[in-house]
Amino acid sequence: MPTDRLRRRANGAHKLAANGAPLVVAGRASNALYVYALNRSAQRLGLYRGQPLANARAMIEGLAIVPADEKADLELLESIADWCDRFTPLVETDPPDGLLLDITGAAHLFGGEAAMLAHVREKIAAQGFAVQVAIAGTSLAARALARYANGTIALPGEEAMVLAPLPIAALDCGEDKLRALKRAGLKTIAQVADRGRAELAARLGAGFLTRLHVMLGAEEKPMTPRRPLPDLRAEQRFAEPVVTQKIISKSLHTLAIALSEILEREGQGLRLLEAAFFRADGKVERIAIRTGAPLRDPAVMLRLLNQRLDALADPLDAGFGFDLIRLEACLAEKTHAAEASFDENENARWQVGFLMDRLSARFGEHRVQRFVPQDTHIPEAQSVAIPAQDRDFDGAWTFKRRDIDPPLRPLRMLERPEEIHFVAASVPDGPPAHFQWRRARFKVARAEGPERIAMEWWRKEKPTRDYYRVETEDGQRFWLYRDGLFRELGLATRWYLQGVFA
Amino acid sequence: MNKSEKLADLRHFLARYGLPHDRPAIPLGLPAADAVLGGGLRRGALHEVFAGDWGAGGFAACLALQAVGKKPLFWIRPDYEALEYGALSAAGLLELGGDPKNLFLLRAPDAGEALSATADILACPHVGAVVLEISGTPRCLDLVASRRLALLAEESGVTLFLLREGAVPEPSAAVTRWQVQSLSSHPDDDDWGSPRFTARLTRHRLGALSDFTLQWDIENAIFRDAAAHSGAVAAPLADRPAETSRQRRA
Repeated sequence: MPTDRLRRRANGAHKLAANGAPLVVAGRASNALYVYALNRSAQRLGLYRGQPLANARAMIEGLAIVPADEKADLELLESIADWCDRFTPLVETDPPDGLLLDITGAAHLFGGEAAMLAHVREKIAAQGFAVQVAIAGTSLAARALARYANGTIALPGEEAMVLAPLPIAALDCGEDKLRALKRAGLKTIAQVADRGRAELAARLGAGFLTRLHVMLGAEEKPMTPRRPLPDLRAEQRFAEPVVTQKIISKSLHTLAIALSEILEREGQGLRLLEAAFFRADGKVERIAIRTGAPLRDPAVMLRLLNQRLDALADPLDAGFGFDLIRLEACLAEKTHAAEASFDENENARWQVGFLMDRLSARFGEHRVQRFVPQDTHIPEAQSVAIPAQDRDFDGAWTFKRRDIDPPLRPLRMLERPEEIHFVAASVPDGPPAHFQWRRARFKVARAEGPERIAMEWWRKEKPTRDYYRVETEDGQRFWLYRDGLFRELGLATRWYLQGVFA
Repeated sequence: MNKSEKLADLRHFLARYGLPHDRPAIPLGLPAADAVLGGGLRRGALHEVFAGDWGAGGFAACLALQAVGKKPLFWIRPDYEALEYGALSAAGLLELGGDPKNLFLLRAPDAGEALSATADILACPHVGAVVLEISGTPRCLDLVASRRLALLAEESGVTLFLLREGAVPEPSAAVTRWQVQSLSSHPDDDDWGSPRFTARLTRHRLGALSDFTLQWDIENAIFRDAAAHSGAVAAPLADRPAETSRQRRA
């Protein structure tokens, strides 16, 4: 795969590779350079993976060598995995160069296992990758077959038989275990499988035994799909890749209606909508939109989608065109009440909710916020701003004001309290008489306090604060505190300004 | 837009403002101010509050609380504002008599985005009021932008308060413009600390100009005359039952 990556990018220094000249990607292991990957023409000349680089150099004069870039390889693998989403939603990457697709129940869509295998191979090869494929009842078996018996299909229950003639390297059990097997004179998987369980377990450990069993189809290891399975989806494939905005928006329109029908049938509304655009050259663009309330109306879906598409920093790049567009409800909920209501209040609430969804789609959900109370007495933590769309989350405002009191909490709280300087107090442990903040001097006319607020006992590192409400000569009202108790710290205490009253 | 279109637009705009509107005004509660304003602040219009000091944000909040009723209040501010002028506190709004449940905050990346978000929100008639906080004089906030916002507000009936910090007044489509500063608490007031303001009405499309000193009455959510002795508002209420019983005994 690394050489394919270089060839696909074929420019500048790698022109050589594009012409089919031998190319080697060099990796570094225990301070020695070795052949990490190589292209077919290099393979034909007798080079092999894992060969010391010096040997390869000695064999071929003028061999093109490129240092390995594992990060780029991994990114490429991820993007291929994204692209493979079109075959089945269950895709797992198997670094450095493998992909596992769970095609249970998907093969018939492509005309059976054999046809699907050919289709996958052809499609990926068309992208410019050397690919080996296999289908088997378990992921480990399929993995071994793809690497050592390209193109094989092992029906469920046949794994042991099909795998039997493969070399022990196909077990992929690590260098030391492989060496142990070799030393024991075992060459094929069949020979290993024939040995007694106890014998194998004693020599190679229980882990090896489990692996062998899984591979031979006795047990299955559950897959870890890359992305959570969508609840509901609608998709449209195009025989010819589409480029024009008109067709794309028309397709989105059709899909939105289809998805809304599915949601209707299931009695659900979506909370997270994802639009995936599969480009013909393998790139996949995804756009996700959250909604505040379960949504089913296709017109609203479209409006939110268009809003997001318009707000994209770099517009959707169709490149050579999209050959598959899909709408998924990644998160759906049962809807209880009908969305359309004649009740005035209900309608208003829905309108405001929709406004919130639109703003969130445009600016990002973390920029549209509402406040929820927190169960704490620490002033700056008493309420937090959360995305306005999280409507499920609520709490009672325990903080209650007494009607006759003036405001005891400021309208504005500084993001972090700012230290005030040149504090002069008339009484050593009293409120300041003068202070300087942001290069301005303030003379305190009135002060009220202290209101002593201790930090939570499990946060010992923070000192207790003595808060004062102060009014300056010209009528501005600030919220100050002394960080730490006067009797403990004396004159060394610092003063901070935390908020501004109306 | 060519000249004739512009002229038509302007005529349309003027016609709107000339018309007597059917929406109830927002009474401030201070008789002198309401008399000057013709019953109160115009609903569905743009009002500007220019900050003289740190108290002006509170004045804008009080006006918005009067305008909003039970509907949602949107507070829009570019990211810079929060750093410079402090984050809006839900507890602080509660202290002024507002309901934090109805408060929504939109943090825009910059002033331009804040303006376009405001336009979106003003288009929804189910919103009560919008406070847009913009400091300095960004280029995007010109006469055209303010006219656009004023038109949108007029259309939907949502009242917009534009809070300007560190800025000098420029031509705009605002119906009223206020220059606001904090006012010291009344010297006799032991329970000092209620929001008090000196507000100068420096521009008024529909009437005369004037200066006011106001005190926010949290309980009733209205302004009172700051010159009258404050504190006296709440205390007699608490004492009244005892007094009446004493009177009855006598």
